[in-house]
Amino acid sequence: MTMTGAQVLVKALEDHGVTTIFGYPGAANAPIYDVLAGSKIRHILTRHEQGAAHAASGYARATGEVGVCMATSGPGATNLITGIATAYMDSIPIIAITGQVSTEVIGRDVFQEVDITGATAPFCKHNYLVKNSKDLSRIIHEAFHIASTGRPGPVLIDMPIDIQLGEAEYDEHKEPDIRGYKPTYKGHALQLKRIAEAIAQSSRPVICAGGGVISSAASDELLELVEKVGIPVTSTLMGIGSIPGDHPLFLGMLGSHGVSTANQAVNKADLLIIMGARAADRATGNTDKFAKQAKIIHIDIDPAEIGKNLGTHIPIVGDIKIVLQQLKKYLVSDYKKEWVDTVTEWKNKQLLKNADSINADDGAYVNPKYVLSVLSDLTKGDAILTTEVGQNQIWAANHYRTIYPGSFITSGGLGTMGYGLPAAIGAKIGRPDKTVIVVSGDGSFQMSMQELATIKQWNVDIKIILFNNERLGMVRELQKIKYKGKYFAVTLEGSPDFIKLAAAYGLPGEKVTKNSEVRNALSRALQNKGTYIVEFTVDPEESTL
Amino acid sequence: MPKHTLSVLVENHAGVLSRVAGLFSRRGFNIDSLAVGVTEDPNVSRMTIIVDGDDYTVEQVTKQLNKLIDVIKIRRLNPEESVQRELALIKVNATSATRSEIIQIVDIFRANIVDVSKNTLTIEMTGSEDKIAAFEEMLKQFGIKEMVRTGMIAIERGNKIIKAEASGDNGSVNGTVDE
Repeated sequence: MTMTGAQVLVKALEDHGVTTIFGYPGAANAPIYDVLAGSKIRHILTRHEQGAAHAASGYARATGEVGVCMATSGPGATNLITGIATAYMDSIPIIAITGQVSTEVIGRDVFQEVDITGATAPFCKHNYLVKNSKDLSRIIHEAFHIASTGRPGPVLIDMPIDIQLGEAEYDEHKEPDIRGYKPTYKGHALQLKRIAEAIAQSSRPVICAGGGVISSAASDELLELVEKVGIPVTSTLMGIGSIPGDHPLFLGMLGSHGVSTANQAVNKADLLIIMGARAADRATGNTDKFAKQAKIIHIDIDPAEIGKNLGTHIPIVGDIKIVLQQLKKYLVSDYKKEWVDTVTEWKNKQLLKNADSINADDGAYVNPKYVLSVLSDLTKGDAILTTEVGQNQIWAANHYRTIYPGSFITSGGLGTMGYGLPAAIGAKIGRPDKTVIVVSGDGSFQMSMQELATIKQWNVDIKIILFNNERLGMVRELQKIKYKGKYFAVTLEGSPDFIKLAAAYGLPGEKVTKNSEVRNALSRALQNKGTYIVEFTVDPEESTL
Repeated sequence: MPKHTLSVLVENHAGVLSRVAGLFSRRGFNIDSLAVGVTEDPNVSRMTIIVDGDDYTVEQVTKQLNKLIDVIKIRRLNPEESVQRELALIKVNATSATRSEIIQIVDIFRANIVDVSKNTLTIEMTGSEDKIAAFEEMLKQFGIKEMVRTGMIAIERGNKIIKAEASGDNGSVNGTVDE
């Protein structure tokens, strides 16, 4: 049957099980919208294309499916860029579909023309400019395959308007065979044997779990290994939730913004098993001083991550879940009781210290760390938490107890302010059964607050926790420590009354200024049917750690 | 820094060269030369890339190139076991007094004269980097007006071939091949 290119696209999206698209229309993608109007696919109109890309990312992370976002050519496409780069750094499978000017005028700088495949090449897993209608179905099938397999990531399809309008044939979905793309899933037997031996010989092993554990859904296998052998676990920011936050062997996040027990364990370890993590700078700090006593095992599906940042003794390429399943039959280790006891002692001391440091007395401000620990009590981890970037992100990482994999959604690699709110929208639309909470600061919130209208229009239920210190808190802290307290460009004067702002969108909320009001306010937010914003007045001097 | 020769088979599409070149600049890798042309299979192009760097850099280059979807296969060629050639076209000053001496040098180097004018000779020269450098050095005395080089291309000696068909080598780096 002959169809238009736009019809082929929408049919292909339907065949790939896409139920939701986050997007923004324009002249160069109008033919797609014309077809979408008659499709079962739900289109969520955001208020900025960047919000559409972040929402697709939040959707993908909450559901484990590919998130889809769409924009027109030129500025529509460039507005997606930050969202695409954010997804790329965190290995999130999204597909971005952009309109493009007609093929015969490409390169002539016509109205709303931009080279978006050129612009996004550095931070897309792959991208396509469709120049011939006969390639269209194949390209869409390949895009889904590439985005969702191997190390996941964003794929962009740029569709000129004449391709959308022109005739095209639809090929039924086939598993594409791309000769230059064959991810390795199974671990090499010899390496597995070496890993099992190294574990058996070690007396102080530590596992560092990254986002790869979550994207390969390997949490059960990880837990089994950890409990069988007695290996303490730390996680990267992206790995939060790979193991329950209340597990006795979980030490918390490592690195410059992490928990000291976790760093202490890594420093003392004689074996460090890195799983699905990049060993990036925020996790390792100075690599010359990182885990110096440890033999290093690195498990990753992307061979390019192994040895990139950290010397590795035993590399193994594969999918974490499959590798851990394979490892079982080689494993011969005794339980590391002595080491577990030592680390547990450190952890208990740290917990006591933490409990002391979290001040819940009433003063001039609300303690954000206390807010997050109360939130943990109230949700018991049965919620999806997204964060913005800055102090709010680190407070949430260290003080909110994430229990389930995929329920902590944050911009780890790129550190994108303005990510949390649209990501929460995507997460809630993907998982309407879940309570979705965004932890935000007054700086980040203002980068995406236009999406309050999206929340209103689509009746999305999100609990917004807004820490207001009237500052860019993390940059201010940096200026305090590294730049002799010369504060510059970190005061957010002119911010609106956020509760009134929410009210202007018809969204309820309240402002909390005392620790003693925190629990009740959070309960009201969680019980409210629909979006609710709670603004907490926070001390600008409150430290990140 | 030592030089390394990479043979890279890529899909013969528009945009592949820019992806490869972009990767080098983005990740701060230095290339001495990059030559590209179609192979015996019209759907496949072959790039010969001369990389300047230590073993870590070459391993990173290889792994990062392998991540590009359009890259089908990469092989690092051992200079001892491969033939490496570059083509240079050199336009040199030539007067009636110097012309015969230049022709002698051209003969010694087994180069060819491809164009003659009253004041110049244009010479085609094929060879290894060293040979071209030596030839260039000999011609300098006459005054080189213009020189253009293709960059190195290389092929393995003997029966070894690099074919696009055999796939799944993405994991072969670091001794971690598929089971």
